[in-house]
Amino acid sequence: MSERKIRVLVGKPGLDGHDRGAKVVAAALRDAGMEVIYTGLHQTPEQIVNAAVQEDVDVVALSILSGAHMTLFPRVLKLLQEAGVDHVLLTGGGIIPSEDMEKLQVMGVGRLFGPGTSTSEAVDYIREWFAEHRAADE
Amino acid sequence: MSKRNPEAEGKGLSAELDRLKAEMERPRRERAAWLGRYKATPKRDALFSTLSGRELAPLYTPQDVGIHDASYSEKLGFPGEYPFTRGPYTTMYRTRLWTMRQFSGYGTAEETNERYKYLLDQGQTGLSVAFDFPTLMGYDSDDPHSEGEVGVCGVAISSLADMETLFDGIPLKDVSVSMTINGPAMMLYSFLLATAEKQGVDLRQFRGTIQNDILKEYMAQHAWIFPPEPALKIIADIFEWSSTGAPKFNTISISGYHIREAGATAVQELAYTLKNGFTYVEKGMERGLDVDEFAPRLSFFWDVHNDFFEEVAKFRAARRIWARHLREKYGARSPESWRLRTHAQTAGVSLMAQQPENNIARVAYQGLAAVLGGTQSLHTNALDETLALPTEKAVRIALRTQQILAYETGVANVIDPLAGSYYVEWLTDRMEDDAEAIFAEIDGLGGAVAGIEEGYFQRQIALSAERFQQEVESNQRIIVGINEFTGGNEEVDVDTLKIGPEIEEKQRARLADLRARRDANAVERALERLAEAAENDENLMGPMLDAVRAYATLGELRYALERVYGRFREPVIF
Repeated sequence: MSERKIRVLVGKPGLDGHDRGAKVVAAALRDAGMEVIYTGLHQTPEQIVNAAVQEDVDVVALSILSGAHMTLFPRVLKLLQEAGVDHVLLTGGGIIPSEDMEKLQVMGVGRLFGPGTSTSEAVDYIREWFAEHRAADE
Repeated sequence: MSKRNPEAEGKGLSAELDRLKAEMERPRRERAAWLGRYKATPKRDALFSTLSGRELAPLYTPQDVGIHDASYSEKLGFPGEYPFTRGPYTTMYRTRLWTMRQFSGYGTAEETNERYKYLLDQGQTGLSVAFDFPTLMGYDSDDPHSEGEVGVCGVAISSLADMETLFDGIPLKDVSVSMTINGPAMMLYSFLLATAEKQGVDLRQFRGTIQNDILKEYMAQHAWIFPPEPALKIIADIFEWSSTGAPKFNTISISGYHIREAGATAVQELAYTLKNGFTYVEKGMERGLDVDEFAPRLSFFWDVHNDFFEEVAKFRAARRIWARHLREKYGARSPESWRLRTHAQTAGVSLMAQQPENNIARVAYQGLAAVLGGTQSLHTNALDETLALPTEKAVRIALRTQQILAYETGVANVIDPLAGSYYVEWLTDRMEDDAEAIFAEIDGLGGAVAGIEEGYFQRQIALSAERFQQEVESNQRIIVGINEFTGGNEEVDVDTLKIGPEIEEKQRARLADLRARRDANAVERALERLAEAAENDENLMGPMLDAVRAYATLGELRYALERVYGRFREPVIF
């Protein structure tokens, strides 16, 4: 029996218009066999969490290059928790200084990827997380 | 067999010989005419010689190396003359070096005002305003959409009061200002005009630039408010009002930069940007404006990426294509309309977070390409811009890189020094051909706006970005510090500029103070008048300026118009 596809929501929260990375990553995850939903630009954290719940995704991946990551990641994390979604991986990437990445990880965000990351690294990370946390549930 | 007529044959032959002779003489004649114009223009005070002491002519042509090139006049011509391949101005950097214009802005207007004064003290010759995301999207700093983003990626400007602070102590009649603003361009332009008025500047003499290029926002940069039709109407309003209200102001900077940064190739950048330019020309003409009334105020903005010769060829091809289309297709009669003037910025997307000091070298090569391409102004990126907003030191190094180019390398001594290189000329021709093929493809879709609405540009740009990424990940394309030469990657930490949450609090307080101080009734009336003008399809510039002078805020102006025009919804494509 074939494994079910990993479902990923790629989101662009806030006013940031830089979507090159989000689209390249979305295409790479799709090419790696995942089911990818891309939200489009200028989404509020509420819109992203609603989409994550409705689409019943395994992973929420946010792309933030605007410097607003210390506002937006914690907001999405809190809204996911309030919606009772505790089995979803929140990950992402962008222009995020390493000390901020560490702070966000302490709060419960997964790995975050900076400029120059190979898309295969993100694919591998999501697959490994899924194998460890979700595959066993099914 | 026809009867021979030796006399007539002789005449025909001599006419042909005269024609050939005139053709042979043409470059010499044109060169002499150009030299006359060159001599009549003042030059800057500098040594125009090699380091060995040999004196240099301002321009070299095939004659200087004993070549006759029959296509020279048609394809290259002379600087400042149709088709402008060799540069938009007769004397180019012999008269004035390019403007060193570093794009900058962060925090509130107060912090950025200090940074501007620092840059001017360091020898920068123009200013370029970077706005934060809320401002770029037309939201006030205290709008719920703005939370966490105020002053982070640029400076927060929510009203005329903020603009006054931004240029406090900076004389707008002497320092030209460029503003990267698009969706709410009319609002920020009005803030700037009103600030200049308050400084006593005669707007008929006022120089500066607004980006105001909404088509590339839909394609790539994504800071939009309204749908394309009302957005283009607003741009035509700006052209119309400015042709008499601020006739020396560059009312648009048609930008390839963001298209390129989003993933487009150099050829796509060239073609999409020029196509957008043609679309604005058509919109102005549809408004009933004479093309020569507004085309001279159109300017351009190119990205300068790593492929050195392709970048140089792009600048040259762009000038030739623009000149040909404006003269042949749109019937412009003024050389000012044919002349493509441009700003350039080194490619932010080419900067690497790994071994960030290497970015100094990347920026230097890119800056060199822009200068050899004949740019009118240049921003060189700071080495740390892939990590955060640049520190003062990083900005200084970027500016010094331009100063080294200008004063030490000698590349500004001779105009268009790469002309005549077989490779550069061949590549310039190919880029022109490729751009023409893309214009035809876009026309087949029904034009630039139709292409945007169906997501054509967005899809092509995303495909190019994907292809590039795959080439890097398969090691076909080497990027130093990414897939090769990674020794040193572990030393990641350079100092970066941090914007704390106190900036947002400070800016919100400034705004609350303004709302309390101003005449609320006057603001209310001015906003109603603005909405009414939009309903009646009047030119919005007058009512906009009145509302701005009453200290209506950016967000208030945006929402007043959004109620009439609605909001753009993007087609989501990846």
